[in-house]
Amino acid sequence: MSISLEGIHADDVELSNEEITRYSRHLIMPEVTLVGQTKLKAASVLCVGTGGLGSPVALYLAAAGVGRIGLVDHDMVEANNLQRQIIHGTSTIGTPKVESARDRMIDINPYIDVTVHNELFTSENALKLTEPYDIIIDGTDNFPTRYLVNDVCVLQGKPNVYGSIFRFEGQASVFWAQHGPCYRCLFPEPPPPGLVPSCAEGGVLGILPGTIGTIQATEAIKLIVGLGKPLIGRLLLYDALEMSIDEVQLRKNPDCVLCGAKPTVTKLIDYEQFCGMPLHDHDTEDGTAGEEWDITVTDLKSKFDAGEKIRLVDVREVFEWDIVHLPEAELIPMGDLPARLSELDSTHEYVLMCRTGVRSAQMLPLLTSAGITRVKNLKGGIRAWASEIDPEMPIY
Amino acid sequence: MATIRIPTPLRTYTSGEAEITVSGDTVGAALQDLTRQHGQLHQHLYSEKGELRAFVNVFLDGDDVRHLNGDDTPLQSDSRLRIVPSVAGGFSDRGSARRTLERRMC
Repeated sequence: MSISLEGIHADDVELSNEEITRYSRHLIMPEVTLVGQTKLKAASVLCVGTGGLGSPVALYLAAAGVGRIGLVDHDMVEANNLQRQIIHGTSTIGTPKVESARDRMIDINPYIDVTVHNELFTSENALKLTEPYDIIIDGTDNFPTRYLVNDVCVLQGKPNVYGSIFRFEGQASVFWAQHGPCYRCLFPEPPPPGLVPSCAEGGVLGILPGTIGTIQATEAIKLIVGLGKPLIGRLLLYDALEMSIDEVQLRKNPDCVLCGAKPTVTKLIDYEQFCGMPLHDHDTEDGTAGEEWDITVTDLKSKFDAGEKIRLVDVREVFEWDIVHLPEAELIPMGDLPARLSELDSTHEYVLMCRTGVRSAQMLPLLTSAGITRVKNLKGGIRAWASEIDPEMPIY
Repeated sequence: MATIRIPTPLRTYTSGEAEITVSGDTVGAALQDLTRQHGQLHQHLYSEKGELRAFVNVFLDGDDVRHLNGDDTPLQSDSRLRIVPSVAGGFSDRGSARRTLERRMC
C-alpha cells in the first residue's frame, strides 16, 4: 500500500518546456506522469548531513526535480571525504560542504531551489530548520543527532528517511510515527560510548553510503509521488560483502517514550547528555584522553631528543603500521594488548599511540588497571606527528 | 541447529565469523550458547543486570523476539536469528575517546 504526503499542493505547479524535456523519462512512466513530476516540484526535503549518505541523496533528489531541498551541515570538505562523499570534489576542498553540495546540485538541475544551513543541527534550531520541509532525511553520523532527527520528526509528524552504515553493512528504513514505528521504538536507548566500534576507527567501504543513500532517496521520491510500498515498519539490512539484502519487521512500541500511548518525551531534550557523547566532535581528528593523560607530539619529540627512555607502543593494526609508522615505536595491536600486557614493565614510562589518539586513549585504562600508571596518550596520534613534526610522512 | 547472524560491528568479538551455529531450543538458550562460544560478546549484548541491551535487537526469521515470547520463544532446527544493533555511522571521522576514558576511569 502506498502512502503519500498530504501537505504537498501541486495543483498550481506547472512545468516549463525545459523542465518537460528534462524530466521526460519520468513523464512517460505511467506511475509518475506529469502529476507525479509536479508533486516532486512542489515537494520539499531537508537533508541533515551532506556527507557519505547525504551525497547521493542530494544528487538524486536534485536530478529528480524535488523543488526545494534544504541542506544542513557545518563541516568543510576535506580530502579524506572524497573516497565516498561524491557530491564534493577536489576543487571544493576547504569550502563549506553545504555550499559545495549546492553548487553541484544547481549544476545538475538549475530548476530547483537549494537552501543551505551552514550550521550544526541542534535542539535549539532543529524545529525551526525542519518546519518548512515535507520530509527529513537522516544522513548523520552520530547517535545524538539521530535521536534528535527522530524526535523532531515525531513531534512534527514528518517522515524520517533513515540510513546508517558501518564498514560493509548498511541499514535503511522510513520512521514515520503516524504510520508505523519511530527510531526509538527500534532503539529505545543508544549504546554507551565506546561499547560499539565507531566508523571513525572501523572505516567504511566508500561505495556503501552510495547504496544506502540511494535507497533513502528512492524512499523519499516514493513518498512524494505516492508510489509503491514504503519502508515503513521494515528495516532493510544490506551486506555488501555477501551482496545480500534482507529485511526485518519493525513494530510500533506501545511503550515508546516518544510515540507510544503515554509519551514522556514531549519536547526536544539534551541529546548529548542522553547519549553521553557530543553532537559533533572535532577533537577526534586530534584524539585526546583528557589533559592529564595526554602528551603532545612536540613534547614527545623533545623527550626523544633529550634521550629519555620512553617506550612508544603503537596499538594500530599491522596493515596500518605498514602504511606508516614511527621508528621509535613498537607495534602491539589493541586486540593483542590484553594478552601481551606481560611484555610491559610497570617501572617503565609508556606512551600509547594510534592513528588519531582515539583508540590509544581507549587502551589507557587497560594499562592503568594492570598497575602500569606511568602512561600517556599521544594526542592526535600519528596524524598529529605527520602534521607537526614530520611533513614528509603520509597522512591517512 | 539454529544459526545467529552477527552484524559487522560485533564480529570483532566472534573472530570475524558472520554466522554462528548454536544449540538450544529457545531464543534465550541460543543466545546463551552464543555467549558461551564467544565470551566477549556477553558484555555487548547484555547489561550488568543480565538484560538484553536496549540498543540490541534480536530477530527470529524477520520478527523481533521482543514481540514474540522473548527469551522463551521456541526455535526450530532451521531457525535463523539475527542480531541488529544500532549503528550511528554516516559520513565522517568522529569518536568520543575522552568520554570513554572518563567513563572507564570512574
